[in-house]
Amino acid sequence: MHELAITQSIVEAVAERFGGARVYGVRMEIGKLSGVVPDAVRFCFELVTEGTTVAGARLDIDEPAGRAHCRDCGGEFELDTPILLCRCGSADVDVLAGGELRILSVEVA
Amino acid sequence: MCGTCGCEETRAHPETVSMEQRVLAKNDHLAEHNRNWLRGREILAVNLMSSPGSGKTTLLERAIADLRHEVPLAVIEGDQATPVDADRIHATGCVAIQVNTGAGCHLDAGMLAGALEALDPRPGSVVFVENVGNLVCPALFDLGEDHRAVVMSVTEGADKPLKYPHMFRTADVVLLNKVDLLPYVDFDPGRFSRQLSQVNPVAEVLAVSATRGDGMATWYSWLRARQQVFAERVAR
Repeated sequence: MHELAITQSIVEAVAERFGGARVYGVRMEIGKLSGVVPDAVRFCFELVTEGTTVAGARLDIDEPAGRAHCRDCGGEFELDTPILLCRCGSADVDVLAGGELRILSVEVA
Repeated sequence: MCGTCGCEETRAHPETVSMEQRVLAKNDHLAEHNRNWLRGREILAVNLMSSPGSGKTTLLERAIADLRHEVPLAVIEGDQATPVDADRIHATGCVAIQVNTGAGCHLDAGMLAGALEALDPRPGSVVFVENVGNLVCPALFDLGEDHRAVVMSVTEGADKPLKYPHMFRTADVVLLNKVDLLPYVDFDPGRFSRQLSQVNPVAEVLAVSATRGDGMATWYSWLRARQQVFAERVAR
């Protein structure tokens, strides 16, 4: 369950950036191909934030879809798992999106 | 009264501040430090990842016995608990250090930095990092290694690349271990290779048996080739 370590990184990064300011909300992006399960992060968030300036903050997670470009047929396609197979049968593809794992913004006072 | 708009709310209104920071930025920064630290000492680091019981430690014991007079070796052992694996490596005469992650399911770049400093491997050596046995979590954490080797044994079944795509996707090489057991298990190497190519079309597959020695020479050739490429890059 690497989501616990991931969530600790999120809370540490926010606390480091905003010092003692009270945090009311965190907005993040967890792509479908990132290897991180948003529900597991939500589960860990409450535990990890307890006793910190982030305690009680709302967690909003955007989940961008995976998108890839096929180098053989030139087409673009969506994918929800990192199985890099174009409809044309080629596995020679570039992943364009879906690997995001970022903190986008923070509501702070 | 609120100083922003005059409402009765006594606390300040929260404002949304853009952050745009990758969650793994800190780990990746530390990994880059490790990479520079290793490069400065001309040390090639290989991160070995697999499920528990695939034969990583046995593979290392054999490699140490076969390569120790050719190149200085060092091993960093990651496990949740016990010094068992580092003890096994010590018994071969090779320098090793154990990292116990406690509740943690993977090594991260900070742990590797501490282990490298404590182990202080000789310049020019090859460092094997045996990650925590887990086919999921270690995939996400860059340690600063030069190469990633996924070890998979034939007893685990040919369907693993599609079931654990993140791990197999990051591999430079896949060591298919315990091939001496192929006559006794239902494992289709062709199916395995086809599945692997769907998540990672470029990873090499090397069939080995760490206990019997099959294919180990091919792995050593792979390592020597990587060492040469690495030395040329460092010299530049």
